[in-house]
Amino acid sequence: MIGQIAFFIVAGLAVGAAGRQFLRIRRNINLGQDEPITGDTSQRWRNVLLVAFGQQKMFKRWIPAVLHFFIYAAFLLTQVELVEIFIDGLLGYHRFFLPFLGGFYTFLISFIEVLSVLALIATIAFLARRNVLRIPRFHKPEMKGWPFQDANWILVLEIFLIFFIFLMNSTDMAAHDNAYGFAISQFLSPLWAGTAPETLHFLERVGWWGHIMVVFAFLNYLPYSKHLHIIFAFPNTYFAKLTPRGEMENMPAIMNEVKSMMGLGEAPADGGDDELPDFGANDVFSLSWKNLLDAYSCTECGRCTAVCPANLTGKKLSPRKIVMDIRDRATEIGSKLDSGDPQWAKDASQPLSATNFDDGKSLFDYVAAEELHACTTCNACVEACPVLINPLDPILKMRRYEILTLSQGPSDWLPMFNSIENGGAAWAMSTDRDQWAQEARQ
Amino acid sequence: MTLRIPTMADLAAEGREPEILFWVGCAGSFDARAQKVTLAFCQILEAVGIDYAILGNEEQCTGDPARRAGNEFIFQMMALQNIEVLNGYQVKKVVTACPHCFNTLKNEYPALGGHYEVIHHTQLLQELITAGRIKMTGGGSFKGKRITYHDSCYLGRINGVYEAPREVLETLDADLVEMKRCRTNGLCCGAGGAQMWKEDEPGEKRINLERAEEALDTGAAVVAVNCPFCLTMMQDGIKAKDKQDDVMVYDLAELIIQQMQP
Ligand code: SF4
Ligand code: SF4
Repeated sequence: MIGQIAFFIVAGLAVGAAGRQFLRIRRNINLGQDEPITGDTSQRWRNVLLVAFGQQKMFKRWIPAVLHFFIYAAFLLTQVELVEIFIDGLLGYHRFFLPFLGGFYTFLISFIEVLSVLALIATIAFLARRNVLRIPRFHKPEMKGWPFQDANWILVLEIFLIFFIFLMNSTDMAAHDNAYGFAISQFLSPLWAGTAPETLHFLERVGWWGHIMVVFAFLNYLPYSKHLHIIFAFPNTYFAKLTPRGEMENMPAIMNEVKSMMGLGEAPADGGDDELPDFGANDVFSLSWKNLLDAYSCTECGRCTAVCPANLTGKKLSPRKIVMDIRDRATEIGSKLDSGDPQWAKDASQPLSATNFDDGKSLFDYVAAEELHACTTCNACVEACPVLINPLDPILKMRRYEILTLSQGPSDWLPMFNSIENGGAAWAMSTDRDQWAQEARQ
Repeated sequence: MTLRIPTMADLAAEGREPEILFWVGCAGSFDARAQKVTLAFCQILEAVGIDYAILGNEEQCTGDPARRAGNEFIFQMMALQNIEVLNGYQVKKVVTACPHCFNTLKNEYPALGGHYEVIHHTQLLQELITAGRIKMTGGGSFKGKRITYHDSCYLGRINGVYEAPREVLETLDADLVEMKRCRTNGLCCGAGGAQMWKEDEPGEKRINLERAEEALDTGAAVVAVNCPFCLTMMQDGIKAKDKQDDVMVYDLAELIIQQMQP
């Protein structure tokens, strides 16, 4: 009974605290602009199934894909065991599913055990890859400090999880005369031969509580970590853009303005000589909510940066950094909003809110113009991302802000703009556009 | 050799519309090297007897570089004017030798009211070869030569056209070799996103040099491209490696015209 009450309290606190953090992230994502989600729903589900569940993009590189798959599959299936732990914990049963499932239960737990061993191997391999092998994409500037530790922490937590599972199952088997016959634990339970039944029971409880406590810790850690992707990968692949990759989002406000200038459409209703609104994006508020969901889904794997031609040739641009910057900025704004501190309000007489917010900063304090200017729009980053993030979209939105709202940007582009505007060609030319044809006709 | 190169205006004066409009693009019109590709392509079209026309001086920049640089105003100005012209001629089908024009016409003009069937010239070449309208002479100058094909971003990764150009190259009877990074994984030449019009940002190396080195690693004597910007970039890269006498960069149309039965 005491155990049940303790479990109830701990579970309530852990889930409640994590829930609060998740709601904050949801709020942060909603700081972005609305973006209608259009297109074929069945195509969206296909993306979820293939890319999120099936990890399709991961399998471009076999070794990390297989290792990651072990951890992922173990994670997915362990949820079954987690349900049982919850039922046992709340209702005071021991292995609630066992009597219902019988032999299948043994199979199920054995399967989880085998996956756990594979996941353990994968975890150790991943620790080695990150810390010993020095794979370049794990050691770019944006990975210094917390992102690097974050990656290691989660792997260490994973080892604890697996350790506690086997402690629980093997002592439990030893205490039950090796009944159950779990695939891996049957080889571990002989280690406990001769241990007093009370000790076994105690160790089994340590395993049980240890496992669930690590799960709770993990749940509360997720919102601060790149490991949020284990949840967000699913909605993010669902909401990934289905329009052609090469289509930049149209800007109807500008289109209509130009149409009326050309005498093609009606003049804008407001007469058109009001102050122009801001175009493009300079902060989380002017990006779309999907850009922010992208940012919170990022696994920081660096596959995008590893294929970025600008980054490969030593430019400062790193698509991963752009995505991480957006997340950091959204989180910064979120915690400033939570502080309620009037110093962040645009109008201090009004309560602080997303619409009444100005901390004197913007995304341009995170992302340098040099980074934006180096992009060739090659879409390699978009192609590479295992969870269908689009790092190029915010880059182009920020370029729009620079040019349209700030009237800045690389001075090299000015002659190109001028010759297009005045001569209809990307270079200023003194010859006719069809000069080549005139000559070829002679 | 003289070419006819009809314009839409001429045909309209005769009360005719061609089957297909050839969209030449800024590079194809003004860049001396790309003009050769334009001419090669016109020559093929006329040899095969395709009913085509160009817009001539009525064509303007699609606006792609301005849009990618962030200048939506200039993009809209160009796009809306072009669409007015295209719709005025009731154009239904467009072919272009520039993947940037291809992408903008195909994917971006519809939102502004321009709906056309747009194909890239490598796709048309492939169709003509499959249909037997382009026939190659056997045992030509490419037999046994190594050719490597550079996927442009805007044709490959962005529009998913990987096979048509390769099928075209296969008819040359050459030894087609792939670079380490190809197809979905192909490396950019460095020109896209309006980079063509500006100096590089500070870094260790130019992107076209990286790509040229990769092309040279294949040992190919010919680098085949499908884009006028890739053409410039790859040529410059190969020149920077001092290999311009050993390795040639050609557009697919130029390769076909060299080997085609008259
Ligand atoms: S689209 Fe831009 S950021 Fe993405 S890989 Fe290409 S150059 Fe890098
Ligand atoms: S954006 Fe995608 S590819 Fe890039 S680091 Fe994040 S998850 Fe990896």
